[in-house]
Amino acid sequence: MTPPRSPSPAAPPRAPAAEPTGSVDELLTGLVGFTEVLRAAGVPVTQDRVTAFLQACDTLDVTDREQTYWAGRLTLCADPDDIVRYDLAFPSWFEPTSNRPASNRDDRPPAPPKLAALLPGREGGEDESDDADGPQIKAAATGAEILRNRDLGELSPAEREHLRRLMTLLRPEPPTRPSRRRRRHRHGEADPQRTLRAALRNQGEIFRLSRRDTSRRPRKVVLLIDVSGSMEPYADALMRFAHVVVRRSPRSVEAFTLGTRLTRITRELRQRDPERALRAAGAAIPDWSGGTRLGEVLQAFVDRWGRRGAARRAVVVVFSDGWERGETELLGTQVEQLSRLAHRLVWVNPHAGKDGYAPVQGGIVAALPHLDDLLAGHSLDTLEELLEVVRNA
Amino acid sequence: MNDSAPGPGSPAELADALRATGYLADDGLATATYLAMRMNRPLFCEGEPGTGKTALAQALAQTLDAPLIRLQCHDGIDAGQALYDWDFPRQLLHLRTLEAASGRGGEFDADAVESSLYDERFLLARPILQALRTSPSVLLIDEIDRADDEFEAFLLEVLTEHAVTIPEFGEVRAATPPVVVLTSNRTREVHDALKRRCLYLWLEHPGIEREIEILHSRLPDVPERLAASVARAVQKLRHADLIKPPGVAETLDWARALHLIGARHLDPESAARTLGAVLKYREDADRVHKQLDTLLAS
Repeated sequence: MTPPRSPSPAAPPRAPAAEPTGSVDELLTGLVGFTEVLRAAGVPVTQDRVTAFLQACDTLDVTDREQTYWAGRLTLCADPDDIVRYDLAFPSWFEPTSNRPASNRDDRPPAPPKLAALLPGREGGEDESDDADGPQIKAAATGAEILRNRDLGELSPAEREHLRRLMTLLRPEPPTRPSRRRRRHRHGEADPQRTLRAALRNQGEIFRLSRRDTSRRPRKVVLLIDVSGSMEPYADALMRFAHVVVRRSPRSVEAFTLGTRLTRITRELRQRDPERALRAAGAAIPDWSGGTRLGEVLQAFVDRWGRRGAARRAVVVVFSDGWERGETELLGTQVEQLSRLAHRLVWVNPHAGKDGYAPVQGGIVAALPHLDDLLAGHSLDTLEELLEVVRNA
Repeated sequence: MNDSAPGPGSPAELADALRATGYLADDGLATATYLAMRMNRPLFCEGEPGTGKTALAQALAQTLDAPLIRLQCHDGIDAGQALYDWDFPRQLLHLRTLEAASGRGGEFDADAVESSLYDERFLLARPILQALRTSPSVLLIDEIDRADDEFEAFLLEVLTEHAVTIPEFGEVRAATPPVVVLTSNRTREVHDALKRRCLYLWLEHPGIEREIEILHSRLPDVPERLAASVARAVQKLRHADLIKPPGVAETLDWARALHLIGARHLDPESAARTLGAVLKYREDADRVHKQLDTLLAS
């Protein structure tokens, strides 16, 4: 028998085998211990959820494993990702004798952040041949103004540090849309409630019609960031950019990464501290700098999120160089679908800002007819331009 | 916990009661619904469209012999549409009448006028208020993800207190809290504060056996063989990488359509004629048309 690997140092070392044969106290400890394991496995379990769990156990038959399972799943999970973790944690806690490997994913790792590897040491990588003699010249150019126009993929470590600070100064205003909810206004239709209230104050006499009109609400924004190998030099900067945008309007912005698969990183990026947010996002993304299957991953987004509403009437921004191995037909149809769903579809290609760039790569050719804008986005300046386009969308 | 509510004594009993209405609940679903009733917590159902989220509320209402009160959420929904509103034209008319009376020598007592204006008869009860005043009842808050977060915050209060305060009128409290079912298609993440107060149920498409069972219980007229082949074909369609994979509602529609045109079994010809019942996108229909033979091969 191999005892289940305790998922994190914070969790109690070993399950006191919560066999429901023990006393009530023991039983309670077992159940509460399980919630701790679950928390360590990355499920955001709060105290009131634990209370609800115990209440549910009380209502059901705790000696029945099946019922205990459902009591926990219904009260402690809040989305499908949680259920995956729950399903891994449950047997490892309640059935320590089972041979199942306890493969709880550890989501609060002291492990080295994957993003850090992208930061200081690596100077662009082999794919940027003109990068070899880059840093020496660029080290002299640290003025904010110059930095603003510099290619994000070719920065020295010091410049990156500076850029991080500049990035946090961005103030992205969300685009707006008319809301159906109406507010008090000088013009617009009559507001019966307010009119009646005013009339009551004046002995039932209506002197003036109060009016109301539609207000404006933030429009949804979706950021899709390509994190495949060819985008690697820009990945860190773009993630930071995404963090700033998500933080500014957390309820109306969604962020995803595109690689060999689709990863939603909105939740991770909502944290205030950029370093923690990026580390969390890095841990969530399983396919850093891998290949791209842009068409397939976009399809995953459109099917799982976009069509259901995340992209409907939203401003969708794709950060990608449009590098697609293989056939581009799928990519074309998916971009078309996306453009039909979205209010405005913006494609940001870091290479588009370079001299002599022409949109000839297969992927971008397939996408181009369906785009509202094709922007550069390789420097801070161009990213600010992007914010302008998004705001006015 | 509310023990006074008459109801099933265990999840299994509830599953049987639901089955009697034609809704087949698996263990998880029965447990969730049972807990929701016993713990007085709203049941938050998420899942693909067509996995029976709305149908659950309907079946539940039938089981409990309680009216189903439905609130369909939409963009910009507010308290006036969900909770209550005042019947303004009638209030105005009433005010004018009072005025005319006071003109003929009556006294215009502002307080009395106000209390008579905000009277029960001018109150328009919207779904949530209706549910609070109807005991027992099942309240279905459909597609909460379409509403905005201000509305969620507002719901939070009503769902935890089972009561609502109307400033001009007073408090309305439910004698027995309604059984509340919330559904979401996950187009947007619903705020955690709301989810925390609910039981969370993730629904998936049923497996082949349960789907056949559902077909039998909902459409007893459809021949067994036809039902089985429809269920098999739908299972394949769900893995066929379609824009909109069919849900249970589509399976039922399809079987019904085939039965109506007099098909005794599912062959390429009858399938082609009725494909519109199960596929709702032109691209999907085109794709499936080309592979009808493989789809129907068992």
